[in-house]
Amino acid sequence: MKFIDEYQDSRLAKGLADQIARRSTRSIRLMEFCGGHTHAILRYGIRQLVPARVELRSGPGCPVCVTATADLDKAIALARLPGAIVTTFGDMMRVPGSASSLQQAKAEGADVRIVYSALDAIEMARANPEKEVIFVGIGFETTAPTIAASILKARREETTNFRVLSLNKLTPPVMKALLDSGEIQLDGIICPGHVSVVIGSAPYAFIPRDYGVACAISGFEPLDILLSVDRLVEQVEGGTPGVEIAYSRGVTADGNRKARELMDEVFEVGDANWRGIGIVPDSGLALREEYGRFDAEKAFPVSLQPPREPQGCRCGDVIRGTTTPSDCELFGKLCTPERPVGPCMVSSEGACAAYHQYGYPDISQGFESKT
Amino acid sequence: MCLAVPVRIVSIAGDEAETEIAGVRRRVSIALTPEAKVGDYVLLHTGYAIGVVDEAEAEETLKLLQEIADLSEVH
Repeated sequence: MKFIDEYQDSRLAKGLADQIARRSTRSIRLMEFCGGHTHAILRYGIRQLVPARVELRSGPGCPVCVTATADLDKAIALARLPGAIVTTFGDMMRVPGSASSLQQAKAEGADVRIVYSALDAIEMARANPEKEVIFVGIGFETTAPTIAASILKARREETTNFRVLSLNKLTPPVMKALLDSGEIQLDGIICPGHVSVVIGSAPYAFIPRDYGVACAISGFEPLDILLSVDRLVEQVEGGTPGVEIAYSRGVTADGNRKARELMDEVFEVGDANWRGIGIVPDSGLALREEYGRFDAEKAFPVSLQPPREPQGCRCGDVIRGTTTPSDCELFGKLCTPERPVGPCMVSSEGACAAYHQYGYPDISQGFESKT
Repeated sequence: MCLAVPVRIVSIAGDEAETEIAGVRRRVSIALTPEAKVGDYVLLHTGYAIGVVDEAEAEETLKLLQEIADLSEVH
C-alpha cells in the first residue's frame, strides 16, 4: 500500500538505527505522546533498534484511556435511558465504569452500538426517527473536526434526534500540564502525527521555548518513528531543542485550517477532566450555545453517584508516564485483555494492552516476551 | 483512535469522494479537505479525509532515508 510499505523497509530502518546509535552519547528520556506510537514501537521492535540509553516512555495519547470514570458513567447512564441508542467507537465498550461498562449495559438490555464514524450515528438516527441516537464523542484534535462536520451535517439535514456527548480533548494543554507537574523529566516528545495534520506544528512551539524540551512530529510507520527519534536525539545532544516535522507528507506548520474552522464553529474550549490527571484548564471541547440542541448532556441531564476508580489500577500513572505498565502489580495477573481492570488494558491504543500484546523490554534483564 | 490511512481518491461528487486502498473501495467525506482532487491520496480518519498527502514531501523523505542508509553502509 502506497505511503505505508515504503516506510517499513528494513534496510532504511537499519540506516536510521545506526545513525541514532552514532549520535547518542548519554541517557535521555523521550515520551511518545500517542498510544498509536506506543503500539508501533513495540509491534515493530523499535525499542530494540535504538540504544537502551534512549528511553521511550508512553504518554497520555489514548482517548479511551484518558476518559474519566465520571464521564464514562455518564455515557452508561445515557445508554440506560428508555428510547436511547448510544453509539460509540468500539474500544469504549469494555472499559469498566464505576459499576458497569457499556458492554454490560448492553447485555442488560440497553441499546449500545459500535460505529466507525459519527456519520454512521447520523444514518442510524435517520433510520430510527422514534429513538434518540447519542454519539459518545471521544478523541483529540484528529477526531474533533469530524464530529464537528457531522453535527453541521445533522443541522443541515434537520436530523433532530442525533446528539453528542462531547468528551473531546486537546493535546497541547495536557502536554503543558504534564510538563508543569514536574513529575516526570523529559528530554523530548514524539508528537502525535494525525493530531498535527489538523493543528500543524506551531502549537508546540512553547515546549522547546519554555521547557527546553525537544519535539518531533511523527507518522506511524516504523521509519517515521525512527526518523523522529533521530531528530530528537540530534536536538537533545546538540542542546538545540525545537519543533521538527518528521512527517512532512502529512503535516505542515499551519495544519488543516478548514478542519479547525469547523471545529471552532461548533465547539468552544473549556476545562476537561482527564483520568489520572484531573481537571486540565482549556483542554476540552464543549458544544457552543448555538449547537445546544445537539448536546446530549443538555437534552438528557442524568444524576450520577460519585465515581469509583478500579482498585489497584495504575492507569492514571501510566497515562502520566510516571510508571510503565509492567510496574503495575495487576499487569498480566489480575488485569489482562480478557478481563481488563482499567482502560489502558482495553484500548487498542492503551499502553498496557501494547505491553501485554507484544512483550515489553526490561532493560536489566534484556527483552522479555509476555508470559 | 488517531489512526488515519492513506487512500486514493477515485471520483468526487459534492463533498463526498469514492476512495480506494488495496482494492477496497469506500465513500468518504471530503468536507474537511475541499482542496482534494481525483488521484490525490488523503488520510482517512473515521469516515473523513483529514489531510491530503504531499507526494513531493513523501519522495523527499524517502530520498533522505536512502542517503542515511547509504552513509551507514560506508561507516
